[in-house]
Amino acid sequence: MTHTVTSRPPSLFDKVIAETPGKAANLNACLQCGTCAGSCPSGPDMDHSPRAIFAMLDAGMDDQVLKSNTPWFCVSCYYCMVRCPQEIPITDIMYSLKRLAIREGYYQKDKAPEFSETFCDFVENNGRSFELGVAMRYHLRYHPLGAFKMATGMGLNLLSKGRMDLTPSRIKNVSQLKSILKKAKELGGAA
Amino acid sequence: MKYGYYPGCSLEKNARSYHISTMAIAKPLGIEFVEVEDWNCCGATEYIAVDKIPAYALVSRNLALAAEQNGSSNLVAPCSACYLNLKKADHYLSENEDLRKKIDLALEAGGLSYQPGSLNVQHLLETIAVDIGCEAIEAQVKKPLYNLKVAPYYGCLVPRPATMGSFDDPEHPTSLDNILKSLGATVIDFPLKAQCCGGHMTQISEETALDMLRRLLKNAADNEADMIATLCPMCQLNLDAYQDAVNAHFGTDYKIPIIYFTQLMGLAFGLPAKELGFGKEIVSAQPALDKITTEEPRPARTRERGNKSKALPMPTRSEEG
Repeated sequence: MTHTVTSRPPSLFDKVIAETPGKAANLNACLQCGTCAGSCPSGPDMDHSPRAIFAMLDAGMDDQVLKSNTPWFCVSCYYCMVRCPQEIPITDIMYSLKRLAIREGYYQKDKAPEFSETFCDFVENNGRSFELGVAMRYHLRYHPLGAFKMATGMGLNLLSKGRMDLTPSRIKNVSQLKSILKKAKELGGAA
Repeated sequence: MKYGYYPGCSLEKNARSYHISTMAIAKPLGIEFVEVEDWNCCGATEYIAVDKIPAYALVSRNLALAAEQNGSSNLVAPCSACYLNLKKADHYLSENEDLRKKIDLALEAGGLSYQPGSLNVQHLLETIAVDIGCEAIEAQVKKPLYNLKVAPYYGCLVPRPATMGSFDDPEHPTSLDNILKSLGATVIDFPLKAQCCGGHMTQISEETALDMLRRLLKNAADNEADMIATLCPMCQLNLDAYQDAVNAHFGTDYKIPIIYFTQLMGLAFGLPAKELGFGKEIVSAQPALDKITTEEPRPARTRERGNKSKALPMPTRSEEG
């Protein structure tokens, strides 16, 4: 799989490489050996294996790639990455695909990105994550029954062991964090 | 030795026993942990999935604060996700000029700056296994964990991705095995020791998550583990708090306590269990702890491999030359 630079608008393949830090250009050298697919612990639940995703990227099947649940089912275990004979940063590419799917407006109504975004919301406003808040807000929206199950089962267990906060904690200098993130967002917009 | 310390959100509450026990063993090991003041969340595996530059900026604020405040260039994180996020940010900032420029500007907006590479980011396992070492650990053992069969569980983010250099093997790590052995515990074979617990999958697709957890619990049970020793709050939470759900889903009956390796170290150092956060686990560790004896177990008899006199004839080399 080799790609030559042409005057066409950047394909998803190009965007993925530009978006990923590290040796993402190695994607050009993917052998389609399938080692990544065979190493993936959540592979059976993916629409397409990581190997298939790379073939689809190469074939220009951008829509199908961005609609696929594959990156959202990546558990970030890095097995594929240490085993890839071409040293493609596969896990990092999965993160890029998630960002690109959100940015390009795919998957917006799905629960996986919503979970990540809810998590970010709490961090941006408090500087700390807030397990109970994230879980409740997200579950109430997507499966209220799950929220109920969580609150009465596992949540209660954790609460009784003193392992769960009922209110979020905050860092002192939230305003500093907010200015840093605000600037970062402005700078990130161009990428 | 002095180390900067980044506890991360989990250790504030959910993984409090990890924090308490880490602080408790620091003194006997001669470590001084200095907590980074006003640190913020590292973003876990979520922020980077939404927005790249803010995700790096979020982590970099911590790096900047740690470098500014501490007299030590070592920064230790006990949580695997925090560790990898800090280490990755430091690495990619050194490597990628475009990223560095943007993060410089973002930090500047908050009156901070960070020079990539000026901190040595370590996971707590590395600090203890490499900087302290098994000999120094053994010297502190007062109540060995004889007869306690422990499955050493590493999870993903400490052994891998290993692209930034690693102190252990990415697929067959042994550093935790060695620490547990020096505590007197019996370390069992645990082939899935570096497999994934599913991370946030419990929230995204419970079925996927439960199956991943089942594999780990089954592997530990098949090898007769009394408990699983862990080094990551996410792994602990998943295996401990979802063990009931695994049993309900698959009709199994696992009751395997999931304990931080620092808690076991404290116990072997003779510290009281209460001061190490025991009792905060959902699957109780008590039945396993009751198995600890004061006498060293007899080494398991290993069968001699094959009978040499009856072995098939093998070609032998002539003695000449």
